[in-house]
Amino acid sequence: MNTVTVRTMPRSTASDAITPARLRLLEYYLVHHDDLGGCVQASLEWLARHAGVRRSVCLAIVPETGTLVGVGGYGVPIDDVELFSWPVSDTHDPLTTALLSDEPTIFRSVRSNGHVGTSPVTPLGAGNVMAIPLRGTRAKADAAGLLLLRAAAPITTEVAWLVTVFGQKMEQIRGRGSVAHEARKLRRERALFYTIINSVTDPILLTDTEGRLIVANARAEKLFAAAEEANEGRRRAVELNNMLFSAALSRTVVEAPSEARELLLVDPDDGSDLLFEVLSSTVEDPREGTGIVSVLRNITDLRRATEQIEENYQKLRIAEAAVRAERDRLNLIIDSVADPIIVTDSGGSTVLMNAPAGELFTAPPDAAAGVLRGVQSNDAHFSSFISGLLLGESGPGEIRRGEIALLHPLSGEPIPVEAIAGKVLSESGELTAVVTILHDRREALERARLFEQLKVGADELQMRVQSATAELATQNELLRRQAIELEQASRLKSQFLANMSHEFRTPLNAILGYTTMLLQGVAGEVTPNVKRQLQRIDSNGRHLLTIINEILDITRIEAGKMPMQISEFELNQLVPEVMLELDPVIARSKLSVSSRLSADSTMLLSDRQKVKQIVVNLLSNALKFTHQGSIEIGVAVDRISQTASIAVADTGIGISVEHHENIFEDFRQVDDSPSRQYGGTGLGLAICRRLAHALGGRITLHSIVGEGSTFTLTIPVDAPQ
Amino acid sequence: MTEQNAPLILVVDDYQDAREMYAEYLQFSGFRVAEARNGNEAVEQAFALLPDLILMDLSLPGKDGWEATKELKADTRTRHIPIVALTGHALAGASDGAKKAGCDSFVTKPCLPDDLVVEVRRMLNAVK
Repeated sequence: MNTVTVRTMPRSTASDAITPARLRLLEYYLVHHDDLGGCVQASLEWLARHAGVRRSVCLAIVPETGTLVGVGGYGVPIDDVELFSWPVSDTHDPLTTALLSDEPTIFRSVRSNGHVGTSPVTPLGAGNVMAIPLRGTRAKADAAGLLLLRAAAPITTEVAWLVTVFGQKMEQIRGRGSVAHEARKLRRERALFYTIINSVTDPILLTDTEGRLIVANARAEKLFAAAEEANEGRRRAVELNNMLFSAALSRTVVEAPSEARELLLVDPDDGSDLLFEVLSSTVEDPREGTGIVSVLRNITDLRRATEQIEENYQKLRIAEAAVRAERDRLNLIIDSVADPIIVTDSGGSTVLMNAPAGELFTAPPDAAAGVLRGVQSNDAHFSSFISGLLLGESGPGEIRRGEIALLHPLSGEPIPVEAIAGKVLSESGELTAVVTILHDRREALERARLFEQLKVGADELQMRVQSATAELATQNELLRRQAIELEQASRLKSQFLANMSHEFRTPLNAILGYTTMLLQGVAGEVTPNVKRQLQRIDSNGRHLLTIINEILDITRIEAGKMPMQISEFELNQLVPEVMLELDPVIARSKLSVSSRLSADSTMLLSDRQKVKQIVVNLLSNALKFTHQGSIEIGVAVDRISQTASIAVADTGIGISVEHHENIFEDFRQVDDSPSRQYGGTGLGLAICRRLAHALGGRITLHSIVGEGSTFTLTIPVDAPQ
Repeated sequence: MTEQNAPLILVVDDYQDAREMYAEYLQFSGFRVAEARNGNEAVEQAFALLPDLILMDLSLPGKDGWEATKELKADTRTRHIPIVALTGHALAGASDGAKKAGCDSFVTKPCLPDDLVVEVRRMLNAVK
């Protein structure tokens, strides 16, 4: 069911004042009396300007076809207007009904009341539509067309006025029978115009001076127009684009009308940035007023391409600089190597060589013939090496080694070199270069020769060392045998001496015994003369006995037949015992002999008999070599070193420093001469020293010639077992 | 001049000069003296005479002084007789061997006659 409401339209009256705006429209009608399209457009624009109708469509009857077609629109897509064609044969059709009606008809939006299908589809789009029939002054005459407005717009006196005058004009033009013709012509021209501007890929816009859109081609519409049903994002993008464009346009008009400007817009499809170059020009139209035609050229891709090119160029420059630096570094490396380096290409021609290589392979053209020959010879040898490498199958990274006999071009000196060549392959595996390093082998050869000499020398040395070692071993063995023999001999000697001393004693026993008996008068009184002679026998016999006893002592010590008899005893007690034993001698000497015993305990663990023998010997010596003064025997114990000492100090003749050591040797006295003053065997100190060593101690001497001597026996408190 | 009740000393030594020298000096010193030249004679004389003291040289031909001493010391008739050993071997161990054999005293040769008499008197006094 149609939802049609009728609103009474205020009729235009004669009393309506003719305003300047109305007058201008009427003038236009007069001037363009044949131009239906122009009049329609002027009328709709007048409505927009003076009646506030932002969107309107004008439809006209084509009598020949009985259809209602769009002849003009304002604020609506022009395509929709031009494509609109509606049959009016059906009297039940709402548009036909509206056409026949005297009053305006309102079509409610189908969507708003839920009815489907009966609301006419007009170029005005969805929504409530008011259809006002356009007819002339004659009553009952058929309407020449329909004016479609938004129903929301109230029918003002201005609208009413226009409907009246425009209806008369329509009828007038129609009465001249030119409507159809005009309409067709208009449609063709418009179609052509829109085809042309739509075929332009750049957006083209015609706007008024305030930036309001008048005409836009399809491309421009995509950017600047959005259907009501379009989504929020698209609508917003379009709104933004309009704002941006208006701003740009106003600047263009004010600042530089003909200059191209860049304009950044938003693609309503995907929200991406689009960069345009806007070229605007102002057009003056007496009817339309001042308009601005803007052509937008999409330079987004161009800009992107430019930027890309710029970026690539920068990259290229950086890469080029890197390559140059790399090459410089490489050259530096190559030049700093002392060995000749040659780079050849895949054809075997030399590409690069460092200075040492230059010396071998190049010569100035004016060089001596010998030099040139040398260079040629070198080149020939090197070429044959390289060609061998180039012909041979080898993979990347393979190193080929070879020896080349080169000559020094200047001196003619042969230079044996080791050539080490490596192939340089491109990424595709093609051979691009061969790098060869020539290593002078002279030094290596010289080193090898020296090494060989050194080895020979070392071998010889080793042989000598071996033979010396062998000899040493032989000597050692010999010495060992000699040592054994010596030991045996020593043992035999000791045994011999022991036996000898026994054999000596037996007769000596008889000699001394009988002499004593004779002196005692066992065989009767002897004369003083005989007695003196007997005393000589006695004293010499006793001396001989002493010698024999002392030899026996030494022999026993050396033969190890003098075992230690360790016991505990007081050293302090030993001293008076020794003095008592030698009392007869002391008494005869008229010297003052004293002892200075230790205040501390002098308990020792040692061989008492041997200590006593040493002290007896030292005191005997002191008595023998002291003519006046005193002798003192001092006893001391050192707890720190755990040693005890007995010092026998006399005021005798003393011993000079050079004799301090040798008086301890066997059969030694300071005076060794046969006419010596002092008796004794010269074995006493030798025995004492041996005994002291056996006790783990030592005898030391401090003496000044003419002042006296001090012999000190030092032994450990605990004798080594 | 030797008294009948003077102590009888048996001097045993194979070396005649030494034996006679000691004997002569002992007699000079007032002792009665008997002599023996070897171990066998020494044992025989000792059993026969039962001397008051025996001077025994240890190194004797045939039966030596050690054996003779052992024999005498093993017999009850002669066990009490003091034996003074005489030796020319001054090597250590000689005196130990003599003591082991049963000698009561030990004197090293050369021993002057008067020294020997001192030792003999000392031993005799010790027995008393």
